Amino acid sequence: MTPESHILAFDPGQDFKLLFLAFVLPLVGYVIQIFFGKKLPRKGDWLLTSGLFVTASITVLMFAKSLWAAYHGEEFRHHSGDEAGLWFHWFYSSDTVANGVPNVSAAIFYDPLGAAMLMVVGVVSFCVHLFSIGYMHGTPRYHIFFANISLFTFAMLGLVLSDNLLFLFVFWEVMGLMSYLLIGHFSHDPSSGYFHKWATKACKKAFLTTRVGDTCLLVGMVIFFWKFETFRFTELWRLSIEEIARHQALHPGEYPLWMTVGGLFIFGGTIGKSAQFPLHIWLPDAMAGPTPVSAMIHAATMVAAGVFLLGRCYPMFTPDVLSVIAATGTLTAIFAATIGTTANDIKAVLAWSTISQLGFMVAAVGLGGVVAGMFHMVTHAFFKACLFLSAGSVIHGCHHEQDMRNMGGVRKYMPVTFACMLASTIAIAGIPFFSGFYSKDLIILRAWENILGGKFSGASFFAAVGLPIAACLTAFYMFRMIFMTFSDKYRPGTVESPFAHHAHDEHGHDEHAAHGHDDHGHHAPAHAGHGHDAHAHAAKAHDTHAHDTHAKHDDHGGHGAHDEHATPHESPLPMLVALCILAFCGVFGGHFWLADPVHSLKFWEHAHTWFEESVSFQSLYGAEIGDKLAAAIAVDHHAEHSAHWVALPVSLTVASLGILIAWLIYGRGWERSQRIAGKITHSIHAIYEVVKGKYFVDETLGTAIVVDMKKKDEPRYEPDISVIGASVHFANLLSWIDRNVIDATVNLVGRTGAAIGKGSAAFDRTVVDGAVTGVGLVTQTFGSVARLFQSGRVQQYATFAVFGGLALAAWLILL
Amino acid sequence: MGLGAYIAVSAALFALGVVAILVRRNILYVLMGIEMILNAANINFVAFNRFNGGGLDGRMFAIFVIILAAAEAAVALAIVLNVFHLFNSVKPAEADLLRE
Repeated sequence: MTPESHILAFDPGQDFKLLFLAFVLPLVGYVIQIFFGKKLPRKGDWLLTSGLFVTASITVLMFAKSLWAAYHGEEFRHHSGDEAGLWFHWFYSSDTVANGVPNVSAAIFYDPLGAAMLMVVGVVSFCVHLFSIGYMHGTPRYHIFFANISLFTFAMLGLVLSDNLLFLFVFWEVMGLMSYLLIGHFSHDPSSGYFHKWATKACKKAFLTTRVGDTCLLVGMVIFFWKFETFRFTELWRLSIEEIARHQALHPGEYPLWMTVGGLFIFGGTIGKSAQFPLHIWLPDAMAGPTPVSAMIHAATMVAAGVFLLGRCYPMFTPDVLSVIAATGTLTAIFAATIGTTANDIKAVLAWSTISQLGFMVAAVGLGGVVAGMFHMVTHAFFKACLFLSAGSVIHGCHHEQDMRNMGGVRKYMPVTFACMLASTIAIAGIPFFSGFYSKDLIILRAWENILGGKFSGASFFAAVGLPIAACLTAFYMFRMIFMTFSDKYRPGTVESPFAHHAHDEHGHDEHAAHGHDDHGHHAPAHAGHGHDAHAHAAKAHDTHAHDTHAKHDDHGGHGAHDEHATPHESPLPMLVALCILAFCGVFGGHFWLADPVHSLKFWEHAHTWFEESVSFQSLYGAEIGDKLAAAIAVDHHAEHSAHWVALPVSLTVASLGILIAWLIYGRGWERSQRIAGKITHSIHAIYEVVKGKYFVDETLGTAIVVDMKKKDEPRYEPDISVIGASVHFANLLSWIDRNVIDATVNLVGRTGAAIGKGSAAFDRTVVDGAVTGVGLVTQTFGSVARLFQSGRVQQYATFAVFGGLALAAWLILL
Repeated sequence: MGLGAYIAVSAALFALGVVAILVRRNILYVLMGIEMILNAANINFVAFNRFNGGGLDGRMFAIFVIILAAAEAAVALAIVLNVFHLFNSVKPAEADLLRE
């Protein structure tokens, strides 16, 4: 069978149409859902989910094709415009090229990186849709929620498939908008109490914070466009390599400054979108959105977009930019991991974990390990999506409790969720034979290769030391979460938490008065009728309130007789299916990449893996550019070999160390864990407070969100200093400059002009006019004197003549 | 009697004539002053003629001057009449049309 005729061979005529279909289906679904969603049976969730199923299937099929091509050693880079004539022309006219005005046309660009990312987006989005059917069931604005996550998926698919930076940016912005709408999902729902207030502020914060990064990206884009007059990635790569070569021919060892500046601006976009320090502040607050949205944002779409951008733009970065990227990534990885160890909200732990893992990916790109970074992005997407959805399942099962101190012992009640979450946790912690190990190990390996090979020393050293520390912390806080949530006994109401019984003082929805039973997302406020004290003791209080809610949970098979309803219950089937799919991908993502189908499954050998075959510099950026990029970071064989022997033990040690510490502190019973943790936090009290306060970055930037439940009926559009503090400070600064510098300059110019005018007028009046009148005056004066002599009297004239003659005679005679 | 005496008489006569022209308020006296100056010139002519060889030329000039004076007097009196006619006065200070 020839490769061309094989079912997995890429067929440009047909496959671009399939890809386009996969890309456009969520958009079609969105439009249908927005207009007709409310009227459709089940509010249209089945429609969008099945649409997403088609999309996911196509992406998986296409991904298989990319693997098949890689396996046969073929180059897999497809462009719909060049190969099938499928273009979308924008700012285009056929005769403008001659005048030097560049055209902007978009087409589908499908390469191994895009294939992997597209598959991740398709599968994770499908799982999120499936999960949401159960999780969001019966909540207000259910159909809008589905429409929004569908459009979110559409934006990410478009971003991945885009063949140029401009369209990437367009979809990037669409995603910014959708994240705003989805994080703020509860801001339209006053009955969701705590989340209502939090989400109202958090969505603004997320939008405005990422806007800072987006602006940077736009500036970077324009810088590159200005020089290269193209947005197409393939062109940009080629021109960047040529530009560097040209510059180095003139100044050996130096790189064009403008490329460094442009590259830093593009990285600014990643800082905003992928939540790198110091713009990470929006991400923990993005937890105000519904949990499926968190899974989506944190795994497949939003934050992955920033890392994906780095992968797309890697050839355009100079070593200086890469050093900054590596340092920022490492800093973020450690920084977020430390905060993750102090969080008690199960979603907050995962949020900080996401930031930390994104730091790993960004650092990997900065170290020259694009392949490792992208690999980690893919594996992380699966297990993080699984973790978030599992957390959602736990929250759902525990009656909207999010504080881990109020959980415990959930394993018994939710075995499937526990299995999925544990598998993903092991994967993220970096235990061998689970996918996270391979990708994380590859990143640490990359850092050590740089050190041992003597490249990029400063940032590499920081990364080589910092990343293992962050990995250790990751293992620690992830297992801390597992132990706190699933081990020991169920302990509701241990501490006061705002999540489970929020808004009791303002909402009296009797129809939702399902204490401990409301499967309705934000309808947890439901305990309205119970009074404050009752919440802390749900188990005792529920009996009196159970009956009026019973009708509500008929469709949740998870819980039986209502006298059980204070204990956690396993989630409904669609959620579990989604969890299992993601857990499978999360665990085996790495093997899938690493397995060599010809030889045995030697996935412990890193040196020669299938993943590196299918996603290498050469396959990502073309043979010619890829060779140059690979040569730039290549180290000698000895260093590479040594790095393998450093990285593997280091990865294993830090992972097991982290888990061991977590077990020692949290794994041996709740009371004991509180005692030990209390002692430790007491002994490092000052440090603990700083870390627990998230290093006060929010407070420094003035962006901390304070949710005050006592304040009633907050106006929704009040100028909210706490949320947009940084923007407001900045705007105030600009306004001050405007008033005191720019206006002052204008005024000064005006006043100077006026003064010069006045001086000129005075000169005119005194000097010029004075000269004119002066001449007249002098003449007049002389005239009036001379007039005295002209009396008309003949005798007088004669007198003058005589005396004049005498005087003349006297003068002649005497002198 | 020497030449100096003649010149002294002539100079006195000339000075009187000039003074008469300059200071007299009546235009007729001014005319008389002019006649006196002419006659002072005549005395000079005649005196220098006598003391310089006694020819006819000095005396001839004197006779011409007398004739000239007669003609001048006729013209001057005509002017005086016109002035009187015009200004209704014989005071030269009032005939100041030259001022305009």
